[in-house]
Amino acid sequence: METKKTSLYKLHQDCNAKFVEFAGYQMPIQYAEGIVEEHKFTRNHSGIFDVSHMGQLFIYGGDELIKDLEKIFPLDLKNLKLNHSKYSFLMDKDAGIQDDLIITKINEGFLIILNAACKDNDLRILKELLNEKYEMVLDENRSLIAIQGPKSSQILNEVVVGVKDLNFMSGDWFSFENQKVYITRSGYTGEDGFEISISNDFADKLTRKLINKGSKLVGLGARDTLRLEAGLCLYGHDLDKDKTPVEANLKWAISKERISKGDFIGSDIIIKQLNDGVTKIRVGIKPEGRIIAREKTKIFNQSDVHIGEITSGTFGPSVNGPVAMGYVENQFSKKDTKVFLEVRGKKHAASICSLPFYKKSYVKGAN
Amino acid sequence: MSEVKYSKEHEWIKLEGDVATIGITKHATEMLGDIVFAELPEKGSNVEKDGTAGVVESTKAASDVYTPVSGEVVDTNQEIVDDPSKINQDPENSAWFFKLKIKDKSEMESLMNKDDYDKFAKETTT
Repeated sequence: METKKTSLYKLHQDCNAKFVEFAGYQMPIQYAEGIVEEHKFTRNHSGIFDVSHMGQLFIYGGDELIKDLEKIFPLDLKNLKLNHSKYSFLMDKDAGIQDDLIITKINEGFLIILNAACKDNDLRILKELLNEKYEMVLDENRSLIAIQGPKSSQILNEVVVGVKDLNFMSGDWFSFENQKVYITRSGYTGEDGFEISISNDFADKLTRKLINKGSKLVGLGARDTLRLEAGLCLYGHDLDKDKTPVEANLKWAISKERISKGDFIGSDIIIKQLNDGVTKIRVGIKPEGRIIAREKTKIFNQSDVHIGEITSGTFGPSVNGPVAMGYVENQFSKKDTKVFLEVRGKKHAASICSLPFYKKSYVKGAN
Repeated sequence: MSEVKYSKEHEWIKLEGDVATIGITKHATEMLGDIVFAELPEKGSNVEKDGTAGVVESTKAASDVYTPVSGEVVDTNQEIVDDPSKINQDPENSAWFFKLKIKDKSEMESLMNKDDYDKFAKETTT
């Protein structure tokens, strides 16, 4: 299958991007300045991320759709206000995570942002679960552009007036060159920021305007270091079908009201795990010194017993040191527990730590 | 005059007397991106031609550093361990990796000169 290109491909080339294939797309891993500079620029100013490879699934329907979606997602959707967003998961019957996602209530139904590598499978699953009762569009005609970092609100507001008044995890329709754009205040960096859903034909123009106002393109490389410092999970690494939201330490994202009724896919397992506890759980891990422990690094306890594995690990440019997350046996998950990481045959000291590694600076209205 | 030679694994080597200074090339640093970790061989240890003699890591991945000749490690550059970004800034000069007391000067013969290496580096990236 030929690799796809996003509508910003030409712009990436103009900005000297290095490309990698990711989930069937040619995506920029970094630009001329490199991952560390791009990372720091996002933290201190404003970075633009092309995330058009992600799925934008529009599902149209009314009250019946809400009821049907509540059978799937562990969310209190009937009380989700118009233009408000929630983080959630698509689970299988064993509560294994098929994908993690952001779902937003829009006027005619819902907009769900899906991971690129999962989106086609998600659509198939959702169509089957919803018995094809509703109109569903995985919209390939829209790009998704994220702008993240402390100067982003001011920069984006100069191009799309009014966005600065959005609250965190909420969105609205705005206008750019007479085009309807849907913008949410959200992101994946631990910074204040926005995600802009815009027609492919106007994505390049919008992005060039944002660059002219002082923002810079940032590649997938820095996106990964930023999200890991912020303690956010990456599907296919920190989350997958063999892990549940409770094991992933994401129970905050499950509606308490829905747990009390327990009528969604995977609810039996979720309730059982919430009551009885889990055997493994996701934690933050801080290696001592500079050693970088990457995905699949084995974790040992002080008695040299294998107790878990790293699922994401890199160097955090803002932390100025190595950062990692992984799963350990529950009894070793307490903050400050000493562990050892096996890197290139040698064991290196590390400790369990709380997440995030880098403190968030989201705006008001966080829920 | 000491000549600088280059390996296919993108190391440079400069021989002065029987002591060789070894580092990675500018081309290597450009391929790796921002280097955030460096591990060097132990002083006093012996390394064999084409064997691993260190590690560099970028934010993306780890890569082995090979030694283009055999010898005993007589010095290592602690500065690049403490601040690996120096490798990106000055790879073919102050950010050297280690110095070897070499065993066999003839091992230098199979290495490339600057022109051949530049050609090789260009071919391997395109």
